[in-house]
Amino acid sequence: MTEDRTPPGTAHINDTEITPEIVAEHGLKPDEYEKVVAHMGRTPNMTELGVFSVMWSEHCSYKSSRKWLKKLPVSGPQVIQGPGENAGVIDIGDGDAAVFKMESHNHPSFIEPYQGAATGVGGIMRDVFTMGARPVANMNALRFGDPSHPKTRHLVAGVVHGIGGYGNCIGVPTVGGEVNFDSCYNGNILVNAMCVGLARTDKIFYAAATGIGAPVVYVGSKTGRDGIHGATMASAEFDDASEEKRPTVQVGDPFTEKLLLEACQELMASDAIIAIQDMGAAGLTSSSVEMADKGGVGIVLDLDKVPCRETHMTGYEMLLSESQERMLMVLKPGRESEAEAIFLRWGLDFAVVGSLTDTGRMVVHHEGRMIADMPLEPLADGAPEYDRPYTPTPLAPHIDPSQVDDTNITDALKTLMGCSEIASRRWIYEQYDSMVMGDTLAGPGGDAALVRVHGTKKALAISTDVTPRYCLAQPVEGGKQAVAEAYRNISATGATPLAITNCLNFGNPERPEIMGQFVECLEGMGAACEALDFPVVSGNVSLYNETNGQGINPTPAIGGVGLIEDYEKAVGNAFTQSNQYIFVLGKTEGHLGSSLYQRFILQDDAIYAPPSVDLELERKHGEFVRDLIDAGIVNAVHDISDGGLLVAVAEMCLPHNVGCHIDDDNTAKFWFGEDQGRYVMVGDDADKILAQANASGLTLTYLGKTGGTELTIAERVHISVEELHAIHENWLPDYMKTV
Amino acid sequence: MQASVIVFPGSNCDRDVAVCLEAATGKKPNMVWHGNSDLPDSDVIVLPGGFSYGDYLRCGSMAANSPIMKEVVLKAQKGTAVLGICNGFQVLTECGLLPGVLMQNADLNFVCRNTRLIVDNNTTPFTGLYQQGEEVVIPVAHNEGNYFADDETLDELSGEGRIVLSYAPEDNPNGACKNIAGICDASGRVLGMMPHPERRAETALGGEDGKRMFTGLVEALS
Repeated sequence: MTEDRTPPGTAHINDTEITPEIVAEHGLKPDEYEKVVAHMGRTPNMTELGVFSVMWSEHCSYKSSRKWLKKLPVSGPQVIQGPGENAGVIDIGDGDAAVFKMESHNHPSFIEPYQGAATGVGGIMRDVFTMGARPVANMNALRFGDPSHPKTRHLVAGVVHGIGGYGNCIGVPTVGGEVNFDSCYNGNILVNAMCVGLARTDKIFYAAATGIGAPVVYVGSKTGRDGIHGATMASAEFDDASEEKRPTVQVGDPFTEKLLLEACQELMASDAIIAIQDMGAAGLTSSSVEMADKGGVGIVLDLDKVPCRETHMTGYEMLLSESQERMLMVLKPGRESEAEAIFLRWGLDFAVVGSLTDTGRMVVHHEGRMIADMPLEPLADGAPEYDRPYTPTPLAPHIDPSQVDDTNITDALKTLMGCSEIASRRWIYEQYDSMVMGDTLAGPGGDAALVRVHGTKKALAISTDVTPRYCLAQPVEGGKQAVAEAYRNISATGATPLAITNCLNFGNPERPEIMGQFVECLEGMGAACEALDFPVVSGNVSLYNETNGQGINPTPAIGGVGLIEDYEKAVGNAFTQSNQYIFVLGKTEGHLGSSLYQRFILQDDAIYAPPSVDLELERKHGEFVRDLIDAGIVNAVHDISDGGLLVAVAEMCLPHNVGCHIDDDNTAKFWFGEDQGRYVMVGDDADKILAQANASGLTLTYLGKTGGTELTIAERVHISVEELHAIHENWLPDYMKTV
Repeated sequence: MQASVIVFPGSNCDRDVAVCLEAATGKKPNMVWHGNSDLPDSDVIVLPGGFSYGDYLRCGSMAANSPIMKEVVLKAQKGTAVLGICNGFQVLTECGLLPGVLMQNADLNFVCRNTRLIVDNNTTPFTGLYQQGEEVVIPVAHNEGNYFADDETLDELSGEGRIVLSYAPEDNPNGACKNIAGICDASGRVLGMMPHPERRAETALGGEDGKRMFTGLVEALS
């Protein structure tokens, strides 16, 4: 829309006639435009069309997904605020609350990896501190294309620098995450950022604006032309020309965000704020529409008061700008000067840009004319809701076990430990400050990160999980597995899983097979959340993750949060001493379909049925593990996931260089199958552990003992831990070094 | 012992170090805003880690010119102990209390991890509770920790025992000259160091090697 930078006095953008082409450029379908006209009772002008187009974009309106999101379990005694606010809130006792959400920044990160990833981190932190919380931990879930794709290395480097550049500067530790490489992401990487904050339950801030006449206040950075139509971009497929959209990627300023965080915390300590909302996607438009609509009021804005960093910005541009580090708040009348003093001291802009009305409409003035007058309700809730047609995902066949060769367990283990999916992520996470704030009890590399609630014995356990190849093969099982793995990772530390956020990354929902993946993944997720008492409290949907018609694997990333009352009871996932007994909890059938063994050892790229998840057993196993940790009977626990049992055992050897001896030899299926619901557990008192398992009626298998400098199995397998370590550590740095 | 922590816009380890100082002294440190020109009486002044002024011009250079730093320099010249950690070390080199400069890490990446450090001088007020030559583990977290000075300065620093902390030779995370992790001024009362002792001052966070810096200060200055 650059041609619209008209100086005052010349033709106004609103004088432009709305043509079908202009409607299409705004991403609105003809029938959607008809609805806009009906709601308006007249033809909208350009500014109004712009506002409708972003509010009704997939990104802001969830028009394809809403019907299915409503089916997810969102409540429980621990839930203070479920989906619908800036972030979800759960009760963690003693008047403390954990506030968290995960969000995607996929399209911008593909176009401009540093800024795309950085502003993704900045945006999610604002969502959390808008609620009155101080962010205490960042996580991320990243998916890149095949390592051999020419762009992958550049994207990894840029995204990692961007995440670090933002999070390190603002001083919130990045404590963990997950990374996959798969050719399905070659043209459409996924950058999902999660933030967890802490607040007091009696000091949670919400977006609902109330109080006719109350001042609407703009704080933070100045508004520029960056990010205009970012929400619309995030709601469309990509093609080769998409990189020309670089100007629609926002630019982040973590220093300003740090000041904004401190200033907001200072003002929040008073009672001057009625409502607060960050200006994220669709900027000033969506924040004002959401605040006014949630409060059932109207809003009038005077754009001449908006702090701008560029000249001759049109009202259209100001309303749609996605400039970062900005907040909109409604203050109690008369409290403006007190608030202004705080923001000015932190060197931030502060401007009263409007007030609340009783009209139920959004009215916008600029340069002496009214440039928009729209009913709020249809903007916020009136977006079309689609029940898009979907086709069920065909049932994947089971893998033929006769292909499996049992002779090369050692080679297979080495290959898996150094493959792109399992190799150490140290090159990535050492670029993130994981320790600032002085409460990171367990940072990257564990099953779940552990972050202490400052000044208490409590700690939050946080994990992000999904296995997209399972979701592709059988979305219902994949959806269940993503939730179950988060549950498992949290349980493995000793913490009780409490709630999840999600970031649902899928392809084009207008294709029935993609919509089928979405519907089925959500069905699986919902069942798991229900069975595990692990409700969804916030989330984000990212559709149209396609480039040139190639969709990504369905990737519903789950961010789980749990609580341990006494962090001194928490355990790690590594062998720490010799002569301890190693057990496997759960049945090992040797399921190889959709496993990493299939991908890297059999090198078979057909789609086979993934392992299924027994939710009832999952819950029992989680409770059992937590009870044993609480009683101090086990002192290391690791969940079994990618690569199966032997990979899990090998991973446990690495951190402290403690080997192990496994007594009985077995098949490749046994060692590398990815059957679900299993944990490796280590303890001193074998009898006690066995007795507990018997009493609970659970399957527990004795494997062997820790000790030595090698991982050995009977007489057949001997690998030095040092060699495993080198294989595991070297892949990523070697890969990033290659030009 | 009374400590003061200077808070610049963008400081982000101010609370972390305040927690350790309070644990060691039993008293809350003064948190002093960068815009102040008055510094309350203190036995030690701490410049914390972080990204003062966003580190946008050059790390520490804006902070070195903030109003409070005139006071810090005056107090340092009169013998008050000053500890600069990470960004604080960068500020100390920028304001001239310490020689040399902290360049971008040799591999151009931010690095956050534990490092093995050698205590090369245990006669300063900061290191009195460490053994001479002792190896300790303290984490780093920085993008610009690559200490550089000309040969003459480096010779002077090592000749005068002013290299207080160095990375174990095979564990230098940033390419610093002579593996330098921390240096002091000629009086021994101004220490700048890249590693973060406040991040390793309790067993729950992995160890207590950093704690002795704070308890040692109390012993030396009370």
